[in-house]
Amino acid sequence: MGVGIEVSNLNAWYGSNHTLQDIQLHIPANHATALIGPSGCGKSTFVRCLNRMHETNPIARVTGTVRIGDLDIYKDASPVEIRRRVGMVFQRPNPFPTMSIYDNVASGLKLNGFSNRKVLDEIVERSLRNSALWDEVKDDLRKKSGASLSGGQQQRMCIARALAVDPEVLLMDEPASALDPVSTSKIEDLIFELKSQYTIVIVTHNMQQAARVAEKTGFFLNGRMVEFDSTHKIFTNPSDKRTEDYITGRFG
Amino acid sequence: MVPLAETKIRRPEVAIELPALVVAEPSPDGVALPVPPAEASEIRRFLLARGNSALADKLFLAVMALCALSIFAIVVLIASQLVFSSQLSWHKFGLQFFYKFNVDPETKLPVFWDPVAGTFYALPFLYGTLVSSLVALVIAVPLAIGSAIFLTEMCPRFLRGPLAFVTELLAAIPSVVYGLWAVFVLVPLLREHINPVLMTIFNNSVTVKLFGWTGLVGNNGLFGGANYGLGMLAAGVILAVMILPIISSLTREVMSAVPHSQREAVLALGATRWEMIRMGVLRNARIGIVGSVILGLGRALGETMAVAMVIGNRPEIQKSLLSLGYSMASVIANEFSEASDNLYLSALIEIGLALFIVTIIVNALARILVWMVTRGVPARVN
Amino acid sequence: MNLKKQGFHSKFRAASDHLATGLAIAATLLVVAPLVAIFIYLIYKGASSLNLAFFTHVPKPVGEDGGGMANAIVGSGVLLGVASLLGIPVGIGGGIYLAEFGRGTKFANAVRFTADVLNGVPSIVMGIAVYSLIVVPQHHFSAFSGGVALGIMMIPTVTRTTEEMLLMVPNSVREAALGLGVPNWRSVLSITLKTASPGVITGCMLAFARVAGETAPLIFTAFGNQFWSASLNEPIAALPLQIYVYAISPYDEWHRLAWGGALVLIILIVFAVSLVRYVASRGILKGAS
Repeated sequence: MGVGIEVSNLNAWYGSNHTLQDIQLHIPANHATALIGPSGCGKSTFVRCLNRMHETNPIARVTGTVRIGDLDIYKDASPVEIRRRVGMVFQRPNPFPTMSIYDNVASGLKLNGFSNRKVLDEIVERSLRNSALWDEVKDDLRKKSGASLSGGQQQRMCIARALAVDPEVLLMDEPASALDPVSTSKIEDLIFELKSQYTIVIVTHNMQQAARVAEKTGFFLNGRMVEFDSTHKIFTNPSDKRTEDYITGRFG
Repeated sequence: MVPLAETKIRRPEVAIELPALVVAEPSPDGVALPVPPAEASEIRRFLLARGNSALADKLFLAVMALCALSIFAIVVLIASQLVFSSQLSWHKFGLQFFYKFNVDPETKLPVFWDPVAGTFYALPFLYGTLVSSLVALVIAVPLAIGSAIFLTEMCPRFLRGPLAFVTELLAAIPSVVYGLWAVFVLVPLLREHINPVLMTIFNNSVTVKLFGWTGLVGNNGLFGGANYGLGMLAAGVILAVMILPIISSLTREVMSAVPHSQREAVLALGATRWEMIRMGVLRNARIGIVGSVILGLGRALGETMAVAMVIGNRPEIQKSLLSLGYSMASVIANEFSEASDNLYLSALIEIGLALFIVTIIVNALARILVWMVTRGVPARVN
Repeated sequence: MNLKKQGFHSKFRAASDHLATGLAIAATLLVVAPLVAIFIYLIYKGASSLNLAFFTHVPKPVGEDGGGMANAIVGSGVLLGVASLLGIPVGIGGGIYLAEFGRGTKFANAVRFTADVLNGVPSIVMGIAVYSLIVVPQHHFSAFSGGVALGIMMIPTVTRTTEEMLLMVPNSVREAALGLGVPNWRSVLSITLKTASPGVITGCMLAFARVAGETAPLIFTAFGNQFWSASLNEPIAALPLQIYVYAISPYDEWHRLAWGGALVLIILIVFAVSLVRYVASRGILKGAS
């Protein structure tokens, strides 16, 4: 089951660029939360702060607190430990090119030393079922390379890969933006079904997508979080004028 | 705050259909999600127990850094061993090692290198290395640049691959194989066919009358004296063959780095292809081409085996290119195993030290020049 | 302007264009010619020497016919084995550091530059250094010292090619591994290096082929040996070294063996270069986006 995320006074920099300013946020457990906003507003940076991927950039800096469950992820654990509990799906599918589908999905476990074949088989199957890819690839698990699938299938495999390590939180950074509409709708269905098991945070620039899948939505603008509320409220009766302007398409 | 429904929507495509499914709903029919069995928490427990591997990461970084440092260690190693082992000779001869000579009382000729008598002066080797390398450059540079121009600008596409492959092969042939071929094919060719022609051109009475004042013609000129086949010219020719691929491929790289906009600009002015090459490409790639030539020079200076097999191994300084000579690298290769006493060995090692310093300077200069044109694209390793 | 002058000028320009093209073609032919000549001659002279005896016998004493270069082939194998054990791991490690940890740093630039310059240092200088370092204290020549000399020569080459290949791995692959909570060392070795492995391996092969033909550094380290020897502590024969000794000798029989040895060397090298080109043309990263 998922856990909630508590963000307080989060500030982030790329070098001297103050990308995120004073973010306060509570992301509820077992819900899908969407983050919307125009390009460059910091929503991707925010999500990367949640699994400490932001700091892989040598000029990146973070202050503030992020609590996942009751764990302060910057003080109580190392990045490696955090990333095993907070999974991520990236904008462009990034399968491991030298591995088969099976190895790709199992990689999070195998590369961390897990070797029980029987359990791995079960986990791979379960993850692929959970990402609605099982029927399409179940005969070619070990024969086909991960990179030989179509774009939509690759992204679903990446979701399966992230799910295989049984994370408590799943972060998705514009997971369908590089995909065709059919794959996009498949992935949206997926998110809708997965949120009962995991806490999902999805970054999207597609407002309709946010409206379709998320219970809560946050609107980011210029590194600040302008408004965070139920999706229904954001899209029908936003409190902040800037939110309304964005929703109605006056900018962004 | 005006309810959204009443806002005048200027861009109709933004009208949002509000789904009724914003609130969590039971899963749609047809896809029953597998309930995660007990293994789920087993995985979590397993991963939680893995620890943060900070120590392993630090160790890994340290080992890799050590490997990278080995490059510097190698340079330090070579320099220190060379300096240390050439002490004897340096203390004995000092800087004179590089220019002094004794005079043979009987023949009145200069004696540079006489191991039996303990005379060790290195001037003939410096001379031989320089002259053979210069001859090589004179032959190789026009050919290499010409073929580079052909390959980058004029060559039909289907030929490019095979010709590039040929150049790569040329670069990969070991020095000793070049030397073998030079001894049994090139030297007889020179001795029987090419040198006589050169000698006729340069040493006949007409040429001597017209150009004798330059001191380069006639029996005491560039192609005077006996014709052994071996000698400076042979060394220069085989060196030319060996440095051709490196100059050619680097020139090609430098020429390819010139942006197409430069070529197009010149063509738009109505230039012929050759004019476009001259003004649009060569002019921009000038510095890089100079760099690749210097790199070729660096290779020629240090080339050992092929030169040792054809240069004649005579430690003398002669004007004629047909004369036998000696180079720095060849004397070390030929005489190291015979060096009987420590001074002899030390003198040879001091020559090696000089070679090391010269090639480092030449190569560093060349790499800087090439880098300036290709702008940080790492120069290809040969 | 005088029309006649214009006509002449453009004819001149056209003529010089043709002349330039002709010269460039001639230059290319002259560059290709030596290679063709060498190959033809090698095959012509060397093929006749390559019989079974060549690969199984040691050289016969001077004046006797027959014999082979088996000891030199084995010796080269031993030397290259030692060299690879030293050169390949250290070189790959250096390449990993440059690509994964030191990107853009001054240190990395310095290492890269030094490696390039080292590649241009004559191999005989390496031989002298190893002679001074190992042979002198040990008071004897050895296969070990020869292998070390060759290994040192491999390090800069392997470092640079490994770095180049690793830099070609897209960052998205690294991020995918890190995002799964894989420790950095595991990610670099099992993901990044594995993805780049075709290119890295070909880089090692290139370095291998290059030192396989080196003679100069072996003259006073491995020293050569007319008899069977595979021991690391004794002088050992090597193919290029043997070719050299035979080539400058006055005996026809040894010349014949030298040609055979040269052909063997060349075949090895052509094979290596072709393989490298083949792997490169297939795309360094199989299937990576």
